[in-house]
Amino acid sequence: MSAPAAPTPGGTRIAREAGDGVVATVRRGLALSPLMRRGLLGTLLLGVLATAGRVVVPLATQRTVDAGINGPDGPDPGLVLRIVLVGVVVVVATAFVSYLVNRRLFTATEAGLAELRTTAFRRVHDLSALTQSSEQRGSLVSRVTSDVDTISQFLQFGGLLLVLSLGQVLVVSVIIGVTSWQLLLVVLACFVPVVAFGRWMQPRVSAAYSEVRARVGRVLGGVSETVVGADTIRAYGAETRTRARVDAAVEDQRRAQVRAQTLVATSFSTAVLGAGVVVAAVVVVGALLGVDGDLTLGQLTAVLLLVQLLTGPVQSLTEVLNELQNAVAGWRRVLALLDTPVDLADPGEDGRDLPEGPLDLRVEGLGYAYPGGRPALSDVDLSVPAGTRVAVVGRTGSGKTTLARLLTRLQDPVSGRVVLGGEDLRRVRSASLRGRVAMVPQEGFLFEGTVRENVALGREGSTTEDVHRVVDELGLTSWVEGLPDGLDTRVGQRGEALSAGERQLVALARARLADPDLLVLDEATSAVDPGLDVAIGAALERLMAGRTSVTIAHRMSTAERADLVVVVSGGRITETGRHADLVVADGHYAELHRAWSSQMSPAG
Amino acid sequence: MPRRSAPPPVPDRAAAHPPGPAPAPPRAAGAPSETTAGVPRQPDRRRRAGRAPHPPGATRRGVRVVVRGARDEPRVLGLAVAVSAVYGAGTAAAGWLLGRTTDEVLTPLFAGEPGVGRVDALLAGLALTAVAVVTAVAVALRRMVAGRVFANLQARYRRRLAHQYLRLPIAWHHRHPAGQLLANASSDVEASFMIFNPLPMALGVVVMAVVAAVAMVAADPVLALVGLLSLPAMVVANIAYQRAMSPRVVRAQALRGEVSAMAHESFDGAVVVKTLGREGAETRRFGAAADRLRAANVDVGRTRGAFDPAVEALPGLASLAVLAVGAVRAASGDVGVGAVFTVVYLLAVLASPVRAFGWVLAELPRSAVGFGRVRTVLDARGRTTWGESPLPAGGLSLQMRGVELAHSRETGEDLDAGEVAPRRRDGEAGTAAPGSGAGARVPALRGVDLDVPAGSTTALVGPTGSGKSTLASLAVRLLDPDSGVVRLGGVDARELREGSLPSEVALVPQSTFVFDDTVRENITLGAEVDEGRLRGALETSQAAEFVDALPDGLETRVGERGTSLSGGQRQRLALARALVRDPRLLVLDDATSAVDPAVEAEILTALRRPSAPGAPRPTVLLVAYRRATIALADRVAWMERGRVVDEGTHEELLERRPAYRHLVTAYEEAALAADDGRSTGAGAAPAVAGGRR
Ligand SMILES: Nc1ncnc2c1ncn2[C@@H]1O[C@H](COP(=O)(O)OP(=O)(O)OP(=O)(O)O)[C@@H](O)[C@H]1O
Ligand SMILES: Nc1ncnc2c1ncn2[C@@H]1O[C@H](COP(=O)(O)OP(=O)(O)OP(=O)(O)O)[C@@H](O)[C@H]1O
Ligand SMILES: [Mg+2]
Ligand SMILES: [Mg+2]
Repeated sequence: MSAPAAPTPGGTRIAREAGDGVVATVRRGLALSPLMRRGLLGTLLLGVLATAGRVVVPLATQRTVDAGINGPDGPDPGLVLRIVLVGVVVVVATAFVSYLVNRRLFTATEAGLAELRTTAFRRVHDLSALTQSSEQRGSLVSRVTSDVDTISQFLQFGGLLLVLSLGQVLVVSVIIGVTSWQLLLVVLACFVPVVAFGRWMQPRVSAAYSEVRARVGRVLGGVSETVVGADTIRAYGAETRTRARVDAAVEDQRRAQVRAQTLVATSFSTAVLGAGVVVAAVVVVGALLGVDGDLTLGQLTAVLLLVQLLTGPVQSLTEVLNELQNAVAGWRRVLALLDTPVDLADPGEDGRDLPEGPLDLRVEGLGYAYPGGRPALSDVDLSVPAGTRVAVVGRTGSGKTTLARLLTRLQDPVSGRVVLGGEDLRRVRSASLRGRVAMVPQEGFLFEGTVRENVALGREGSTTEDVHRVVDELGLTSWVEGLPDGLDTRVGQRGEALSAGERQLVALARARLADPDLLVLDEATSAVDPGLDVAIGAALERLMAGRTSVTIAHRMSTAERADLVVVVSGGRITETGRHADLVVADGHYAELHRAWSSQMSPAG
Repeated sequence: MPRRSAPPPVPDRAAAHPPGPAPAPPRAAGAPSETTAGVPRQPDRRRRAGRAPHPPGATRRGVRVVVRGARDEPRVLGLAVAVSAVYGAGTAAAGWLLGRTTDEVLTPLFAGEPGVGRVDALLAGLALTAVAVVTAVAVALRRMVAGRVFANLQARYRRRLAHQYLRLPIAWHHRHPAGQLLANASSDVEASFMIFNPLPMALGVVVMAVVAAVAMVAADPVLALVGLLSLPAMVVANIAYQRAMSPRVVRAQALRGEVSAMAHESFDGAVVVKTLGREGAETRRFGAAADRLRAANVDVGRTRGAFDPAVEALPGLASLAVLAVGAVRAASGDVGVGAVFTVVYLLAVLASPVRAFGWVLAELPRSAVGFGRVRTVLDARGRTTWGESPLPAGGLSLQMRGVELAHSRETGEDLDAGEVAPRRRDGEAGTAAPGSGAGARVPALRGVDLDVPAGSTTALVGPTGSGKSTLASLAVRLLDPDSGVVRLGGVDARELREGSLPSEVALVPQSTFVFDDTVRENITLGAEVDEGRLRGALETSQAAEFVDALPDGLETRVGERGTSLSGGQRQRLALARALVRDPRLLVLDDATSAVDPAVEAEILTALRRPSAPGAPRPTVLLVAYRRATIALADRVAWMERGRVVDEGTHEELLERRPAYRHLVTAYEEAALAADDGRSTGAGAAPAVAGGRR
């Protein structure tokens, strides 16, 4: 049985954003969101219809001036009234069509985006990067939140505006062209440079804004230090340094923002200038044409009003293009996330279930390196019969936590494999794996809520009775009773309203509730007092009798009692065996143990 | 993340502040909202959902925010308003000029009347161009300057908030969720001053409207009346529109915050989610939130869909009305084409600026709500107060008398009044009990008396949750007692001069906070430290080896919260941070729990050496469980349930405190018990270990 292909050495990284162009990105994005595509064509057609309605006022003005007021028989209020009535009908109809467009657009895009968000969220949970690096975590959160928001903003505001503006420009240009091709040339001569300048500015504006965003990130990072690191800052008098850093970040961001604003203002004002000059040019050229009898006054006024319909789109074009860039960038980031191969994929239907009963554990040629780091584990071989209590010991940074993460498939090995109950972990269905294997990590994490809720997470559908039972089994009843609201005591964000040891107790109870056949404890009781630790240890020993457990601990008492001691050093297993044998062998383990036992029973 | 504890003795809530959810503009004016992309931390907005967006009087308070901003940035804002006025006048003047040109140049010219020639058209064109240039320059300046006002105000208040966060006591911090404070500095500040972006323009619009009105009246009073009536109608329609929108937008924004907070928490706890196989459940939960957000956004869309076209149709309808009336008046010979055209044209020009004006009015309540939260923080009074006494020279003793301290069990004080119950995570087991989180203040310390003589080492031992960490925070004055007194070198810690403690007193907390910076900066934290001392601290804390192995050694950036370091490596960094200061009082809160035993003894021995020959030995208070660690101590303080119930030497306590004996000998007892039950071979182990010594 050959192992499935190993993931790229170095663990996971989010796929690089594809270098796709705007159109390609939008097309791919739409392809991935069928709900968003639904009815899109109809919406666009309605949108064009709505735009067409906008030209009614200029046209009505033209007819009024030419036929209604300056007509051959003098002013004709009746005709004007008819024109106005038609105009009113068209305006109202246009408003109704716009309403339909908005409704359809919001319904479809939001449905598609909610779908996209949820898919992306799930994908993130299937990536080992999430549990490895909190730096990437921030960017992962933004991929399911603000990046999607940018897309939604754009689709519902800028995107439609862009499409409609282009439609408007087209329709209005055609009407102007029909009225007088010479004036169309004048208009184009004025606006083309504006648009060209806008396009030239646009990458600069985008760059300026991404600079602003990067700096906003730094500002928030700085502010979050003042909040999250408050204890440390205060204890070490690091206020001055921190204040200076925040101030610098804030000032940097302000500068960047002002710079970006200046660019935007410049390109926007050229559009305003264009809009003003075009009026002057139309007046002059129109007058010349009028003298030659090539143009009526009504036509000229209509063109002047029509030009107003062009200025809006031309002015907003730069901004909308900017938004488009943002949205496409956001879309690319979300797509890149979806493109990242799921490195912790659930084999699903093709997968296998772990066999019933006790599980044996085999590790073959295991190797792992964190992205961009040196190997953290190499050539690890280990064979653990079912029901064995294994203790893993080793110096700081030797790779114990890394091993625990591989055993519980929080990450897949770069080389070699982990075989549990005869099955390669990568082939085991997730439901089966998570139902049978539990792990208590080094840093206990609690969700905001009560103690009870946090313990109950251990198993789906568990009841309050289950929680009580587990607490009782682990001998924690008196601790729970000492809490202000018992099991209903709130633990605070990340569990910070509990003491460090108490957090670990909750995490342990949670794992116990899962009732696993393989339990991995990574210094799960490092902050718990020895009395409680021993009691819990004994309880777990009883409860886990006949099942397999792997315990990482600096406290050698665990190793003394284990069936098998595994010594990790520099990413390799250097010794394995029973405690007594290893002590006699007088190697690294004996040294660690000596140091510890000398600490436990002081000489003197 | 540090542990959070204890409320302060002083109630520091500011006067009542406006309730209400965080505002968000329906759409960023011009520039993309800066909190929309690439921002690492999204605010925790969960608890703000579902409240009335516009408390009574909010508009008035919004005006006050504007006044406040104007006072903060009077010159720049004044400039912005001035150029806006030029822009408004210019835009309207262009319309007026165009009308005049139509009447006095174009109409005669097209009619072939004598006296008017091409030159006149050219002159008119030049005048229009000149107005266009002036207007464009004014627009550019307006945008630049208005943007600067916004940027300046934003920067000013972000700085002030950060400084305030640095100033407020730890106890205050413990009562406010970090996410909320972060949101305060990012989106609340943004919401407060967003209004300054369009504000100058809105004032310019007033000028524009006045000039336009004059131009219209000059053209024809009756047509002007018809046209001008539509202006207030547009403003009113816009306000109605914004009023209808804003609760919906606010709700959507709150839900967006909820989605973001949920993603944050779920990703933060990814290890737990993963190991428990809860990805499916989490995805369903997230999916439900995303769906609520979807529904809210669609609701926004529907409202917008209904109002937007109507508001947009108004100027069109007004123009048509002007045409109709104009035709009648033209028939009676009262007006010419130029007048009709002037009014229609001005209406077209005014339409969108007037909308902007309505937008500003509608924005006022949002500013008020955002700024209300900012002010709550800025007005928080619970400052740590300091006295005038210097820290006495020589060895430092630590003394506590009758110290009491209660943590508040509230989930956290909202910056808004009121509270919305957080959503439960799990169905069945999650029934909240009555009175849970009811702000019950639970004493963590109840009358602690403790003496740590200068130069001595005292071990603080006690069961889990007995209050050791709380006591450690008091010792370095991170917290002040609710009652009782903490003395350092015989001086009440509250009487000490500000800044006298950090250089002399160091705490290594139970969990390490790592700054997003280099290893060096993480150790020095900005202090001037010579290379030798730094080296020495690294050696003592046994961090030198792994630091040297890092790609850039001391200059390696360790990244947010130091995830790329192992637990023990982070702890050593924290030790080095304390050691490099040669503190006179060193408090170690279980600071070697993740350090392997071979190393711990060396660290502890080194710690107790005086920093220089002849210098006094540092006073050390250490929270510990290991017997060897305890054995290094001169004295042991035994804690139970928030009290130091006994003090003495290790032997004395072993003798007279069964609970103490049980705790510190638990491992040996367990080993012995195990040995008794075991076969002979393994039984020799402890003896072997002991014998080597
Ligand atoms: N997320 C990560 N990214 C990069 N490197 C990492 C990461 N986590 C750990 N490392 C590195 O891998 C090595 C092994 O770390 P690991 O956490 O497995 O050690 P450990 O044996 O558990 O140590 P400790 O006893 O301190 O917990 C260390 O050198 C560490 O710096
Ligand atoms: N921020 C907080 N809010 C509310 N209660 C708290 C907070 N921090 C600690 N407590 C409570 O105060 C008591 C003492 O906590 P403390 O952290 O001082 O205990 P400890 O002796 O250090 O425990 P450990 O050995 O687990 O570290 C505990 O019952 C704990 O639940
Ligand atoms: Mg570890
Ligand atoms: Mg503690």
